[in-house]
Amino acid sequence: MANLTINGKTLTLDVEPDTPLLWAIRENAGLTGTKYGCGIAQCGACTVHIDGVATRSCGVSVAEAEGKKITTIEGLASGGTLHKVQEAWIAKDVPQCGYCQSGMIMAVAALLNEKPKPTDADIDEAITNICRCGTFQQVREAIHTIASA
Amino acid sequence: MNKHVSPKMNRRAFVIGTAAVGTGLAIGLEIPFGGPAVVRAADGSPEIGAWVVVRPDDTVVIRIARSEMGQGSLTGLAQLVAEELECDWSKVTTEYPTPGQSVARKRVWGDFSTGGSRGIRSSQDYVRKGGATARVMLIEAAANEWKVPASECTVARGVITHKASGRTTTYGKVAEAAAKLTPPADVKLKDPKDWTIVGKGLLRLDTADKTTGAMTYGIDVKLPGMLNAAIKDCPVFGGKLKSYDEAKITGMKGVKKVVKVGDTAVAVVADTWWHAKTALEALPIVWDEGDNAKVSSESIAKWLAEGLDDGQPAYVGNKNGDAKAAIAGAAKKVEAVYSYPYQNHATMEPMNATAVYTADKCEVWCGTQNGEAAFAAVLEASGLPAEKCDVHKVMPGGGFGRRGQTDYVRQAVMIAKQMPGTPVKLLWSREEDMAHGRYHPITQCKMTGAFDANNNLVALHYRLSGQSILFSLRPEALQNGMDPAAFQGVAQSGEAAFGYSVPNLLVEHAMRNPHVPPGFWRGVNVNHNAIYMECFMDELAQAAGQDPLEFRRKLMGNHPKHLAVLNAVAEKIGWNTPAPQGVYRGIAQVMGYGSYVAGAAEISVTEGNKIKVHRIVASTDPGYVVNPAQVERQVAGSFVYGLSALFYGGCTVKDGKIEQTNFDTYNSMRINEMPKVETVMVPSGGFWGGVGEPTIGVAAPAVLNAYFAATGKRIRSVPLRDQNITFA
Repeated sequence: MANLTINGKTLTLDVEPDTPLLWAIRENAGLTGTKYGCGIAQCGACTVHIDGVATRSCGVSVAEAEGKKITTIEGLASGGTLHKVQEAWIAKDVPQCGYCQSGMIMAVAALLNEKPKPTDADIDEAITNICRCGTFQQVREAIHTIASA
Repeated sequence: MNKHVSPKMNRRAFVIGTAAVGTGLAIGLEIPFGGPAVVRAADGSPEIGAWVVVRPDDTVVIRIARSEMGQGSLTGLAQLVAEELECDWSKVTTEYPTPGQSVARKRVWGDFSTGGSRGIRSSQDYVRKGGATARVMLIEAAANEWKVPASECTVARGVITHKASGRTTTYGKVAEAAAKLTPPADVKLKDPKDWTIVGKGLLRLDTADKTTGAMTYGIDVKLPGMLNAAIKDCPVFGGKLKSYDEAKITGMKGVKKVVKVGDTAVAVVADTWWHAKTALEALPIVWDEGDNAKVSSESIAKWLAEGLDDGQPAYVGNKNGDAKAAIAGAAKKVEAVYSYPYQNHATMEPMNATAVYTADKCEVWCGTQNGEAAFAAVLEASGLPAEKCDVHKVMPGGGFGRRGQTDYVRQAVMIAKQMPGTPVKLLWSREEDMAHGRYHPITQCKMTGAFDANNNLVALHYRLSGQSILFSLRPEALQNGMDPAAFQGVAQSGEAAFGYSVPNLLVEHAMRNPHVPPGFWRGVNVNHNAIYMECFMDELAQAAGQDPLEFRRKLMGNHPKHLAVLNAVAEKIGWNTPAPQGVYRGIAQVMGYGSYVAGAAEISVTEGNKIKVHRIVASTDPGYVVNPAQVERQVAGSFVYGLSALFYGGCTVKDGKIEQTNFDTYNSMRINEMPKVETVMVPSGGFWGGVGEPTIGVAAPAVLNAYFAATGKRIRSVPLRDQNITFA
C-alpha cells in the first residue's frame, strides 16, 4: 500500500513501493493520460510534475514519490479552465497522433513556469521529449505564442 | 493467396481476408449510397447514405473508414464530404464504422487500409460522391415538403432555401424524410475551383482530447474485469518456444495465468501490466532458435554484396537502350556502392490490442492502420465467422506502416481464447517492440554512370540487391517473382516514376531475403532508392564538373512535374545565391505515392563530423491540397522521421536477433536537432497524389549532398551514427 498525492487528491493505492510511478498512475490510480513509451526515462511520454519539476515517471518509484505533490496531464487544467499550454496546443493544432503530447505539454508547462519567455536555446535545452510524428516545429511555435501573449 | 486464410472461413470472411492483405482483388467491394429502408446510427439518427448521418440538432456525423493515426486524414476526408454536402463545418463530427458493420453491409465503406499515403487520394472520389448524394437527398426532401421543384432550392451551410417563397429549413429538420428517398443514380461533383472547405487549412477535428489526456489509445482501453498480458516472442525470427518454467513465477503478485501463444511466444496474464511484465522477466524461457541464430549483420551484408555482382540473377525494373554496352564504350565511368539498414518504426505507443473471446463472439479494440486486416486476423485467430467478430478502432499512437500488420492483434486473440469471457489487454514492452518490428528492408546498391567525351551522361546502371517487402507480406503481388514496388522512385512509369531521361538505362533488383521480417516503413522503398539515386546524381554532377542542380535539370526536360518541384525548392533556398558563411547546400528530388517532391538543406559541419541543419525547404505537387495546414505538418514530420532514420536509425543483427532494445540504442531526433521545414506547395491539379510519405525520400539525400558540399566526403551508408557523425 502507498499514499500518493496526485492532482491534489491523496490516494491510498494497493501497489508495491518499487513499482514505477508511471504504472501506479496508469493502473492503480487509473489516470491513463500519462503514457508509456520506453520505461527507461528516454522518451518523455510519461512526464509528470513532481513538486513542480518535470519528471519522467517511469524512472521514479512509488516509494520515492510518496509525500510529494504529483501533477499529471489530467490535473493541469484548473477549475475547468485549460492551462495556457493546452489552449495554445489546440489553437496551433500541435498534436499529430498525440501520444507523446501529454508528456510534451507537461515538460513545456514546467519550462514556462520557470522561464515565462524562453529563447529557442532554452527550449532546445529543456524539451527533450521524443515525438516520432515530428511536431517539433508546431511545439516551438506554440511555446513562442504563449510567451509573447 | 493469403496463407493465413483457413479453409474453415466462410466466403465473406475469405473476401475480406483477401482484400485486407492487399491482393487488389477486393471482391465484393460495392459503394452503394443507401436505399429505401432507413438505416439508423447508434443514437437513432438517420443515415443519408452510408457516409452521412444527420441529427435533429443539425449535427452532421461523417463516417470515416480509413484510420487516423496523426496524419490528419480524418479531418481531410471530412472536409471532402462536407464540401459536397454543403453543411456547416462547425457542426461536423466524425465516427468510425467497424469492419464488421462494413462486411455485413457488403463493404459499403470500401477499403479501410491506411497505408501508401492512400488515405485521401484513394477515397476522395467516393466520399465526395457520398457527400453530394446526401445533399441531393436532403434538398429533395425539403422540396417535397414545400411541393416545389428541387431545382428551385439552394443550400448553404446546411440551410436549405426556396427563394421564390422565402422558405428555409435545415438539414436536421428534413433528415428523416431524406433518409426514406431513393438516392440519385449519379451526382455531379464540384469543380475544384469552387471548393470552399477543401483547400482550407482548417484545424483538425480531433485535437482537444490529445491535450488533456482524455484521448483513448489502444493502451488506455479499459473493460470490466479486464486482465493485462505481457509477451515474449522468440527473439530469433523463425525460432520457436521450447519450454518455460511456470513454477518459478506462480506465487508472484497478481499473476493469473501463463499461456503459450502459438509455437513461438509465451505470455503472462496478470491483474496489472506491471505485474505481468515483472513476472515475465522472471520466467525462465528456453527457445529453439534454429538456424537463423547463425545470421548476423555481417553475413547479411556479405550476401547482399554478392547480389551486386552482374553474374547473379536479377529482375529488370526499368530499361532503355543498352546500358552495359554504353558503359563499356564510354569515355568516362563513375561507380559507387551504397547501403541502407534495417530500421524499426518505433511508434511512440508500443503494439497492443485488447480482446474478449467467448464461443459466440470475439471483439478486439486496437489501433490499426487497416481495420479489415485486423478483422481478418480476429476471424483467423478466433476461428469464429465474420458475423461473430468485430474490431473497434481506437487512436493509434503512431502508425508509419507498422500498424498495417496484425501480428499483435492475432496474439491478443490467441491469449484471450485461452481465457474465455475475460477481456485481456496485450501490451508489448518497448523491448518487445524493438525485437519484433516489421523492419525497413535492407538493401545495397551499385550504381555505374558513364559519360561521353562532352560530359553528357550516356548510361546509368542501377543495381539493387536486397530485401523485398512484397515477397514476405504480399507474395501474390509479385510479378513472375519480381517485386515491382522495389523500384519505387526509379520505375519506368506510374506513381513512383524515375524523373530523369538517360539514353541507356538499366535498373535491376537482385532479390535477397534475409530472415528478418520486412515491413512497409513510412516512405518504404522510396527511402533508399532516393538516397542511392539522388546522392549518386551528385556524384555524377561532380564527375561532369557541373552544378548538381544544373546537371539534374539537363536530364529532366521530359519530366516537367519533377522539374517544377525541384525548381521550386531551388528558388526558395536561393540556390543561385551564395549561402551564408560556413553553410553548404544539398538538393534532391523524387516521385512517390503519386506526388512529385523535392528538398533542399542548408547545413554546417564542425570538426568534420558534427552537423547542424540550419534550413530545410521542401516542395510537393500532390495534384490537389485538401488541407494545407495538415500537408505542412506531414511534410515537416516526414523530415523528422527521415532525418532520424539518417542519423540514428539502424537495426543490427547478431545471433539472428535485433541488437537494439530501446530508444537508448535506437535514438530519435529531438527538438534541438530539427530546424523549421519551409514547405512550398505547388499543386498542379488533374491528379491525386499522397502526402504522408513522399517527402521523407528527399530528407536524407538533401542533407548528405550538403555534407559532401561542406566536407568533400561522400557518405554512402546509413545511419550516420555508425560513421561517427552526429548532430552538432
